[in-house]
Amino acid sequence: MADPILQLQDLTKAYGALKVTDHVSLDVLPGEIHAVIGPNGAGKTTLIGQISGSLRPDGGSIRFAGEDVTHLPMHARARAGLARSFQITEILPAFTARENVALALQAKQGHSFRFLRNVSRDRDLNERALACLAELGLSQRADLPAGILSHGEKRALELAIAMACEPKLLLLDEPMAGTGREETDRLVEVLGQLKGRYAMLLVEHDMSAVFALADRISVLVYGQIIETGTPEQIRASAKVREAYLGEEAA
Amino acid sequence: MTASSSAEAATAALSPAPRRSRETLIAAIAFLLFAALPPVASAMNDTFLVFFAIRVMVFAIAAVSLSLILGFGALVSFGHAAYLGLGAYSVAILAEHGYWDVTISLPVTLLVCGLFAAVTGAISLKTRGVYFIMITLAFGQMAYYTATSLSAYGGDDGLTMWGRTEIFGSSVLGDRTTFYYVVLGVLLLSYVVARMIVASRFGRVLQGAKQSEMRLRAIGIDPYWYRLVAYVIAGMMAGLAGALLANAAEFVSPAYMSWHRSGELIVMVVLGGLGSLAGSIVGAATFLVLEEVLAHFTEHWRLIFGPLLVLVVLFGKGGLTAMLGGGRKNG
Repeated sequence: MADPILQLQDLTKAYGALKVTDHVSLDVLPGEIHAVIGPNGAGKTTLIGQISGSLRPDGGSIRFAGEDVTHLPMHARARAGLARSFQITEILPAFTARENVALALQAKQGHSFRFLRNVSRDRDLNERALACLAELGLSQRADLPAGILSHGEKRALELAIAMACEPKLLLLDEPMAGTGREETDRLVEVLGQLKGRYAMLLVEHDMSAVFALADRISVLVYGQIIETGTPEQIRASAKVREAYLGEEAA
Repeated sequence: MTASSSAEAATAALSPAPRRSRETLIAAIAFLLFAALPPVASAMNDTFLVFFAIRVMVFAIAAVSLSLILGFGALVSFGHAAYLGLGAYSVAILAEHGYWDVTISLPVTLLVCGLFAAVTGAISLKTRGVYFIMITLAFGQMAYYTATSLSAYGGDDGLTMWGRTEIFGSSVLGDRTTFYYVVLGVLLLSYVVARMIVASRFGRVLQGAKQSEMRLRAIGIDPYWYRLVAYVIAGMMAGLAGALLANAAEFVSPAYMSWHRSGELIVMVVLGGLGSLAGSIVGAATFLVLEEVLAHFTEHWRLIFGPLLVLVVLFGKGGLTAMLGGGRKNG
């Protein structure tokens, strides 16, 4: 079996007496979609924060692509190949969609202490940005300010930005949040196409999306992972049904 | 965002080239007017006009430098006048000790301002929003009080320069017209450099960080160092304005760096329109002309000036250049 691209070991984080991340261990294998599900307040957002580097864990370790990144800041993890989407889309609204992607490509090409050349005339950057956008069906929107795109288009733009980073792992924080049924279906389709190309850690509420996409699912309840397994195993698990699915049915 | 503003943004984005050329047009008109002014003034035998225009251009340089970090980086520096003062004092103190030549005063000015910006910026940029405003204000005031306590160099009263900076041993700057065109040249250079920076990769990072710091971190960029470098560049550019200011007045005083001055610089930039460098030149000119004209009518000119500024900011979203149709967001 290949070495995992991401490996969390005994990760813990507490806010006062409340353990929001309670000895969490999980891994993501190359090319795999690993989904984390859990009821509200299970600690999903806190977990994402620690993986991406915006929050510091109290204990445990995070290994990414063979390196210990537990104490690296967010931008250093991004440079190591960890790309993420946000629960609330985080794009640059005054830039065009193309400029949004071009900036990610630019970041990939090393430092930006370059003052002389006009970046909007950088043909290589512009063409590659357009290619990324085309892959997500956004080529018609390339030269619109990102701020006026529809919610679903912004989601797709975030994915295009993430892909421009040529990541080793995509960290997707509730990509379906706030999207309509049609847009959700479309995003599931897009993610399905990207499957195998990137390893993904998918944190998501939408059950049908999770069961359609994930190779493995971990169930997070009160900061603890109570079960990890294939979608079938999770569906069949009595523990999960009791803690989570049962609650939804009730 | 309302439907109409989305539509506006859409049309604006569909035509970036015309917007860019409008920015260029405004700048070109401004520079042509400045260039044509001395012959006109001498024909009218109006020496005041030349002095006044020099003052406008000096403040335009400072405004352009502030515009770079305020308009494109959203860094509201409330201590920018400190660099005017530092530049001015560098030149005047060197002159006091007999060092008149530009080959000494220019590097010293840039070094002093660059260092001050690097040290205070490194600390200030750890903070955001109101805290950034307050801490830059504090550093500005620190420079101000230091100047007032320099008793060897005039303290509160300021320091008179008995002449102007020499260029390779020649005192050509003593000629008013020559000095005028040198100031114009520095303004042109500042504008071109600032515009190049804004359009570069560096400029894109700066403008991206203004919109979402989180997004930049997520793609692997730490905005801190880019902001700091922009802050240092802006400080050095304002220092250059200060050096010219000292030469224009042949006098320096702590008042150059008071917080009023810093506030006036912000007003000039906002008046001209955030995100437009040519706008900052127009803003500086408008500010100083209004001040001059209104002060002529009544000693209570601030009573008129204040509300006027409020009106421009409230109703002329994007400042004067947007009213003229030249406001633009990037590139």
